[in-house]
Amino acid sequence: MTAISLTVNGKVVSGNVEDRTLLVHFLRDHLNLTGTHVGCDTSQCGACVVHVDGRAVKSCTMLVGQADGASVTTIEGLADGDELHPMQAAFRDNHGLQCGYCTPGMIMSAVDIVQRHGGQLDEATVRHELEGNICRCTGYHNIVKSVLDAAGRMNAAQAAE
Amino acid sequence: MYQTTYHRASSVDDAAAAFAKGTEAKYLAGGQTLLPVMKQRLAAPSDVIDLAKIPALIGIEVGGDAVTIKAATPHYDVATSAGVAKAIPALAALAGMIGDPAVRYRGTIGGSLANNDPAADYPAAVLALNATVTTNKRSIAAEDFFQGLFSTALEDGEIITAVSFPIPAKAGYAKFRHPASRFALTGVFVAQTKSGEVRVAATGASQNGVMRVPAIEQALKANWSAAALDGVTISADGMMADLHGAADYRANLVKVMAQRAVKDAG
Repeated sequence: MTAISLTVNGKVVSGNVEDRTLLVHFLRDHLNLTGTHVGCDTSQCGACVVHVDGRAVKSCTMLVGQADGASVTTIEGLADGDELHPMQAAFRDNHGLQCGYCTPGMIMSAVDIVQRHGGQLDEATVRHELEGNICRCTGYHNIVKSVLDAAGRMNAAQAAE
Repeated sequence: MYQTTYHRASSVDDAAAAFAKGTEAKYLAGGQTLLPVMKQRLAAPSDVIDLAKIPALIGIEVGGDAVTIKAATPHYDVATSAGVAKAIPALAALAGMIGDPAVRYRGTIGGSLANNDPAADYPAAVLALNATVTTNKRSIAAEDFFQGLFSTALEDGEIITAVSFPIPAKAGYAKFRHPASRFALTGVFVAQTKSGEVRVAATGASQNGVMRVPAIEQALKANWSAAALDGVTISADGMMADLHGAADYRANLVKVMAQRAVKDAG
């Protein structure tokens, strides 16, 4: 067992966990943050993507010990109270989901993509950058539309600040 | 995943000491290969020793003659380094083609080289650029480092600390990606050194892992152009054959990727 302490969605959490505990299992089973999904469990599908110290990573391919001391943001930590994050709002407005299983990972990756590319995003870039997230409904068309819409909103919000 | 004991090393010496104490210890850097393998229960290390937070193992130094990448530097940092992009653009481009964005945030150059997957990208750059692999014990020339599938010159417990790439006159990398895994079905790195030597390395092709390609090197030495390779034939002997591609298919890919890499190098 190992003692860990990290910040999840702004709150400090700590616990004693088996050393082999993956970050995704800590989030889901210990913190009951079940918005982060396990899809393939082989680091390919991206349903488990969360932000660790601001970088979008696959939480099924990281031991929670590796995240000790880090700041983690999950899909539950994205909205500002009742107000959806622009990426979440754009996915809702553009129907950027079908079954919804991949959606939390898609949104967490998409936020990272917009943060890295800022106003330079075009459709080809979004499709390329989403290569680590698989939608088994193949609903990519509206996902890409949502990301581009959100990029506009996020950049406009940033410009207004 | 089987039970294991996790250690976060504070220094290279600390890591080596923890390794010596474990019965079947493994070093963990980005974990993008080791953790999936452990989850499949194909590896069951008694201890995993995390190297990723050791300050001395993180960073990129760009000098006049060489680019030195410390071992725990993630692919993302190499791909987006302005210094690397200026000195060896093909190396930055290669780092940006590994896996997917989430994998590039975690995976490291030292982990990739220590694992020496026969379809990994970095080994091609290390061999073609004649890089030097530095460990906590010694320096190893690229030629001596790679010793076949998943096998390297590293001794038990030895830790890669940095990789130093001589800056070439020009270099290019082209990769035919497996559409699901993003590994190289075949990838070729071509380099022309400042003294005019031509070195070409292919990954994902040979049954023995990364290899030099003398036929292509000779053709490019005589005439650095994609067209110079039109008449070159690569033998299918010793090439990997699996459900993703037959040996002769991979042999042909070596030539085609080399041509694209030369165009990329300019």
